[in-house]
Amino acid sequence: MELDLWAQLPSVLPEVGVTALAILVLFVDLYGSAGARRSLPSIAAFGMALLALVPLVWQPDPALYTSDAQLWGGMVQYDPLSQIFKVMLLLAGAVTCLMAAGDKGVGDKGEFYLIVIIATLGGLLMSSASDLILVFVALETLSIPLYMLASFRRGDLRSAEGGMKYFLYGAFASAIMLFGFSLLYGFTGSTNLAGIAAALGGGVNDSIIAIMAALVMVIVGFGFKISAVPFHFWTPDVYEGAPTPVTAFVSVSSKAASFVLLVRFLTAVFPVDLVIGGVIMQDFWVNLLIVVSIISMTLGNVVALRQSNIKRLLAYSSIAQAGYTLIGVVALQGADDSLAVASVSFYMFMYIFTNLLVFGGLILFIAATDSEEISDLAGLNRRSPWLALFITIGLLSLGGIPPAAGFFGKFFLFQAAVHANLIGLALIAVTNAIIALYYYLVVIKVMYVDVGADDDVPIGIPRAYGWSLGITAVVVLLLGTIAVTPIYNWAGLGAAGL
Amino acid sequence: MEATGFSILTAIIFIPIIAGVVILFLDRKNRDLVRGIGVTAAAAVLALSLAVYFGYDNFVKAEGGLIDRQQALLEAGGELSGAQMFADALAFEQRIVWVQSLGIAYHVGVDGVSAPMVLLTGMVAVAGVLISWNIQDRLREFMAFFMFLVAGVYGVFIAVDLFLLFFFYELAIFPMYLLIAGWGWVKLREYAAMKLTLYILVGSVFALVGAVAMYFAAGAFFTGAGAEVFQAAVANGILPPDSGAYSWSILQFTLAAEHGAFAFDILGIEGLSFARFWFPFMFMGFGVLAGIFPFHNWSPDGHVAAPTAVSMIHAGVLMKVGAFAALRAGMQLLPDGAETHLPWMVFLTLINVVYGALIAFRQRDFKYVIGFSSVSHMGLVSMGWATMNLTGMTGAGLQMFSHGAMTALFFGVVGMVYDRAHTRDIPSLGGFMKVMPWVGVAFVIGGLTSMGMPGLSGFIAEFPIFQGMWAASEQITLQFGAFQLSNYYSVIVILSALGIVITAAYVLRVAGQVFFGEFDAERFHDVGNIQMTDRIVLILLGAPLIIIGIYPPIMAPMIESGIRPLIALLGGG
Repeated sequence: MELDLWAQLPSVLPEVGVTALAILVLFVDLYGSAGARRSLPSIAAFGMALLALVPLVWQPDPALYTSDAQLWGGMVQYDPLSQIFKVMLLLAGAVTCLMAAGDKGVGDKGEFYLIVIIATLGGLLMSSASDLILVFVALETLSIPLYMLASFRRGDLRSAEGGMKYFLYGAFASAIMLFGFSLLYGFTGSTNLAGIAAALGGGVNDSIIAIMAALVMVIVGFGFKISAVPFHFWTPDVYEGAPTPVTAFVSVSSKAASFVLLVRFLTAVFPVDLVIGGVIMQDFWVNLLIVVSIISMTLGNVVALRQSNIKRLLAYSSIAQAGYTLIGVVALQGADDSLAVASVSFYMFMYIFTNLLVFGGLILFIAATDSEEISDLAGLNRRSPWLALFITIGLLSLGGIPPAAGFFGKFFLFQAAVHANLIGLALIAVTNAIIALYYYLVVIKVMYVDVGADDDVPIGIPRAYGWSLGITAVVVLLLGTIAVTPIYNWAGLGAAGL
Repeated sequence: MEATGFSILTAIIFIPIIAGVVILFLDRKNRDLVRGIGVTAAAAVLALSLAVYFGYDNFVKAEGGLIDRQQALLEAGGELSGAQMFADALAFEQRIVWVQSLGIAYHVGVDGVSAPMVLLTGMVAVAGVLISWNIQDRLREFMAFFMFLVAGVYGVFIAVDLFLLFFFYELAIFPMYLLIAGWGWVKLREYAAMKLTLYILVGSVFALVGAVAMYFAAGAFFTGAGAEVFQAAVANGILPPDSGAYSWSILQFTLAAEHGAFAFDILGIEGLSFARFWFPFMFMGFGVLAGIFPFHNWSPDGHVAAPTAVSMIHAGVLMKVGAFAALRAGMQLLPDGAETHLPWMVFLTLINVVYGALIAFRQRDFKYVIGFSSVSHMGLVSMGWATMNLTGMTGAGLQMFSHGAMTALFFGVVGMVYDRAHTRDIPSLGGFMKVMPWVGVAFVIGGLTSMGMPGLSGFIAEFPIFQGMWAASEQITLQFGAFQLSNYYSVIVILSALGIVITAAYVLRVAGQVFFGEFDAERFHDVGNIQMTDRIVLILLGAPLIIIGIYPPIMAPMIESGIRPLIALLGGG
């Protein structure tokens, strides 16, 4: 295949830009003046925010959506799904950089921004990868920086423990996933997703059990990244141990990038019409993921009820959120999957902003009080009404209460589930949503109702920080009201490339 | 009606929201400004609500108005189209497409059932702000959340889009939680607030799943077998021209229901139609908020734990939100299911009426008496819906308004007594008529209303419910084995009437012990008469009870016009 560089460049333009940004940040950090180094957070944040416009400006041509038109030697797919996730990931990186700016021991080190940018690069590659080789490289480009970030406070035992745990589990999960990839390559002789699908569809001689095993291994790898049960064990410790800005970043970027890849992998390699040895492969993974989804939601929510540390609570809540999002993935079954794809994309889009908002608020709170206990949030409303309001909007969105974005997010997921005739799953999910609301409401109640020991000590919000939190909060509210239509429609386009 | 252009209803929703946001950002020490903005916003929405109510009244009664048109239809005979009648009954409409691809629109409007509810909400909003005048603790937050609550409640009453209805329904829950948990009665508030929130949410989310299922069923119908019905409806102007087959519009669901879109069997069980399966989820899901037995348990605790203003809006308006949504999203959209299930659900409503009254009779706590009396009276509303005839359902619509104003008045009275006496223990109170004559008179008026005294609105509402129930035994057949259960509806009427007698007993007991009898001048030495704002509250809520009692045509024909489309849908005359 002839490589037409100019025609294919837009498909990786954000990645190229992010790499350039990483180099710029590296040089400023090494050779820049003190003043220039102080503006590193802004350089990183505005750089990524500007790059988030790139996927919007260079919209892919519908002719390139199909897997036949894979670019860069079949490595990259250039379709709306990848574009929407690229925008999300870049914005997530940008907001993280802004929020980390004031954090002692984290935001004052230039390498933090470099690592966040590299991790974002990995996420970008994941959202458009269409070859197992690139999938793995991208996954590691995202993961290894995250391990480093988790243990970023080297002096802090919990941070070191969190990082180590994350690394060991992560390496293990990667190895299993890689084993799954190698099996798939062995069966089909191709590393390209479309190539694998074609080979599997053309009939394979290998045992169905082996192919299922390969699929399960790949799902294990993804399950780890999205922190679904039973691969969730690292989540609470890493969330608790990592510096809060890092927790915020880990909770959104790795999850969003893994979900887009999971959707792409499952629909490309095991499409609806693939039958091997009399077994409809789609039924197999759908049923598997239904089970994973149900236990993730239920276990995450039930265990979250018992938490007294806010970061651990959010860790379990994020396990449950992974369970909800899997509903959208499961709903991919059937001929018309646009509702499901749109629901997953929209959910991740709103989840990124919501989680960043909650964690962004908590960064200030934890910095001011040096405590992560929920009971110490008491009276936050009197200490800093704005901070309490921001965290409340975030929690309401996680709980799915209008006018925050989470209401539409959950609604779209349930709708996709009902459309795919998974009414039982939808009923379990709504029951879970109520359990979840219980612990979110308790946190809100503590902030607004309970009386704390230092009620009269105000917590100040630095101006730049206030702006970034405020904008995030407004985005969450807009996504729940008037901005629903454009984002949802855009998310719906994502199905076109699958 | 023309659905474009600006509607007063939009202003009614957004004034409290904007006021709430503004209040939230005021200086917390500037209490006068907080109260000023709160009362101005509430008064503005009350004024607009009055405009909507009387505007709609005119729309109904004018020459060639709704009543004339409905009369002409009835005289013409033939098959009546409920969907068409409902579309015809809507006024003050405004429609803005929200999510085009899913058929979600911001579509608001009022009909004969919701217009009185809009007025009621405005009244209780003003009363709630006034009675919270002297709250010391975080008045700013209280007022802001109260405004959000009011906006959410309004939204449910005026939504003509099912998604919008859910949106506002959920929107109302969160401020209510915080108001009760933050400002309620210390002993009970956290428990009661959480219990209430979870009960209501459980109901609503199951209803939401049902609604999503209806959305797909209706959409499949309009793209398949019902395509012609759909095109005809768009051509006739029942549906807006930019409607898609898949839509959340209540109009469109109604049309689908009328043409049998929900009649197919599901789960492979013969006779278990879609409508029959989902109706209990939809009706009971919202019925939770109306306190239907056995899901009433949140209600007394919630009322008692809430601060006075929230008790007023909660018992006065929110329980009506539940009953209203059960009617709109349950009965109107799944009439086949209603015909199957309501005949036996009547018995649940009977338990509400009698059991609620009996428990109210046994309470020592003044506020619990009122809390359980609400359970009892809301049972009458559900019973009225379950009659499925014009008389009974019109009575239920009147009861919604009458009970709303009456119970808000009661909770206002309780709050005024408690604020000054610092106890709600009935036996230790006494003789308050001497020091608080206004409050005593208000309680007596409310009490007489609740026991259905002619000349007050309670009679106008409750009598038709019983009448309708009696008539229902001839219209409804409910077989249980060899028993023809529907023959015993007259027994229900008699038993519920006994419930009213019990009501009279507890009302008189409370009135006797609290307002008459010996006044303990030593203990209650600082109890004085009430202030101006409290008097306005009592007049505002008490006057409609008398006005409607004396002159029912001010409301009854309007509600009747709102019920007629439902009767047509339910296939009755």
